[in-house]
Amino acid sequence: MNNLLIPNPKEAESIHIIREVAAQFERPVLLFSGGKDSITLVRLAQKAFYPAKIPFPLLHVDTGHNFPETIEFRDKLVEELGLELIVRNVQDSIDQGKVREERGRYSSRNSLQTTTLLDAIEEFKFDACIGGARRDEEKARAKERVFSVRDDFGQWDEKNQRPELFDMLNGKIHVGQNVRCFPISNWTELDVWEYIKTENIEIPSIYFAHEREVFFRDGMIWTANEHVYREEHEEVMVKMVRFRTVGDMTCTAAVLSEAVSLDDVVGEIRESTISERGARIDDKRSEAAMETRKKVGYF
Amino acid sequence: MSENRKLIKIATAGSVDDGKSTLIGRLLYDTKSLTTDKIEAIERSSKQRGYDYLDFSLATDGLVAEREQGITIDVAHIYFNTEKTNFIVADTPGHVEYTRNMVTGASTSQVAIILIDARKGVIEQTYRHFFIANLLRISHVVVAINKMDLVDYDEEVYLKIKADFDALVAKSDFTEDQITFIPVSALKGENIARKSEKMPWYVGNTLLDHLEVLEPADLEPSSVARFPVQYVIRPKTEAWHDFRGFSGMLYGGNLKVGDEVTLLPSLNTSTIKSIHYFDQEIQEAAPGSSIAVTLATEVDLSRGDMLVKSGELPRSDKRLTATICQVNNKPLRIGGKYILQHGVNRVMAKVDQIESRIHTDFTGMEEAVQLKLNDIGRVHFRLSKPIHFDSYHSNKSNGSFILIDEAEYDTVSVGFIE
Repeated sequence: MNNLLIPNPKEAESIHIIREVAAQFERPVLLFSGGKDSITLVRLAQKAFYPAKIPFPLLHVDTGHNFPETIEFRDKLVEELGLELIVRNVQDSIDQGKVREERGRYSSRNSLQTTTLLDAIEEFKFDACIGGARRDEEKARAKERVFSVRDDFGQWDEKNQRPELFDMLNGKIHVGQNVRCFPISNWTELDVWEYIKTENIEIPSIYFAHEREVFFRDGMIWTANEHVYREEHEEVMVKMVRFRTVGDMTCTAAVLSEAVSLDDVVGEIRESTISERGARIDDKRSEAAMETRKKVGYF
Repeated sequence: MSENRKLIKIATAGSVDDGKSTLIGRLLYDTKSLTTDKIEAIERSSKQRGYDYLDFSLATDGLVAEREQGITIDVAHIYFNTEKTNFIVADTPGHVEYTRNMVTGASTSQVAIILIDARKGVIEQTYRHFFIANLLRISHVVVAINKMDLVDYDEEVYLKIKADFDALVAKSDFTEDQITFIPVSALKGENIARKSEKMPWYVGNTLLDHLEVLEPADLEPSSVARFPVQYVIRPKTEAWHDFRGFSGMLYGGNLKVGDEVTLLPSLNTSTIKSIHYFDQEIQEAAPGSSIAVTLATEVDLSRGDMLVKSGELPRSDKRLTATICQVNNKPLRIGGKYILQHGVNRVMAKVDQIESRIHTDFTGMEEAVQLKLNDIGRVHFRLSKPIHFDSYHSNKSNGSFILIDEAEYDTVSVGFIE
């Protein structure tokens, strides 16, 4: 038996937030992408309710363009922890004619996810969606609340956000509204990596250096794959790379890396001079890319 | 997050053009927290706007709307770290109408940095910022006298501002050792991370060195243990058939196995049987821990109830008086009914009397019938059920509450209990 627990303040705050979600809402769901942030969320949720099971399901909005390693990992994690997983596919939204597949050089299904997500929220009547977004990721995220109220259209109104005082969270909502909840708002990328290391949390293999067929475009390293549009002159080569953020293949760039262990990765992150979202192709579209997507319901 | 790195939470306050965003941008730059892609973005934006210097304020000004207006309009959270310390900065704007933002930012902070433009000295806004730091009982205030480069790094200017500010301190609840003055130039990086050679007359620490020597334990004075029950854990599995864990965050003081506790509101007593942190059983927990406890006897305890050590009971009352800061456009009115959220507990509250509106520049108070957005006043409430509270002065978490509008569900006020 350990003598005295000295809390890790960021972890304790996150557990507090997750318990508030479970207590204040009828139908919460954890948005799970298979990335390190949502894996960290799962660990925090385990801690919040142990020895009981996590009292809400996971929802994965699958673009169909995910790295196969991520999907394998997701299924294994869900089975090991006995979690309930709901998967909804962007392909279905395309087939139903609700969204149109993008074409050409920068085409991606990333922004199409929003429609599929909003449909799933409506289908299951979810009133709270727990996400792994962090305020250090991007400028528009820096002002996000821990409990962010969205209207029927999933829209975020930056001028009409509830002030959050002390650690009191106000999740009171009207029918039709829902809340996006961000338990690791106050974590940095380095916090997440150090936590994964300290807690010895398993993560998908693509976070570690591996050989991959890639091509270079706009100073970024793209995965060479049938889902990723590539022009003929863009030459495919094999490089040692890893991913810092794991989303859809079409919007996640790799970095050259030799980091094969968590120690190596944490070391590289500490030394890193490129921000995590610097490797997100979707954010480069315009200066206000994230803010614009959030206003229309992107998480 | 490294176990050996401490966490310091800072709120910043300054008037428009005091260079607050520049100061934060400078801290990020000097601690190498700005990545090359961000620095490139700043270079690009600075150039587009025709500046001949790096506009660090662009590192923090987030939303498109405010970038167009050239001002920050909300609380933004910024993160950076040094070898020894993780910092969270709540960047709050300094306009007259944004009292609510500074109150919000300061509510989660241990330290406040108040910026003063060396050319302007102590102005009305400075009074207001310091008033809020005082109201929220911020543990430590750093007065950063900025733009020293524009006054030829003159010690006389610094001393005059310090003397003016000391007069303010005398009117407050702060003691002198809670206030530190640092002359800086955020734009030039003088006394931010690098000791300024331009101001040899200043013998104190740089801003960053000063923030690094602060200790979280000193910034959060301990009081008595308060454990509001947040969520009851009932696994109902074979292995944990009879387990009933009362989970929540512990505030104020330690709690350990064997402690005699009193449950509120029932006033029943019991003993702490076990304390759980994930799959570990621990003997004792320090404040700030998110834990689950089990009790030696079967008791009726649910969300919103509170567990305290016997002999350390809080006040329990259906009436209370509090200082209120109005954080919503809807004014607080006499007779108005609200949902009062105290920690994780909610009751109904009615405004019995608004006694006064308090001037936020230390010049006293006046009669008022309502409190409008950004007003601060003394208010008497009547509650539907008693709550179990301490004065804000003695226990921040158990002495504060928010009011939620009954119809819109917006958070409309924050209260500090007397």
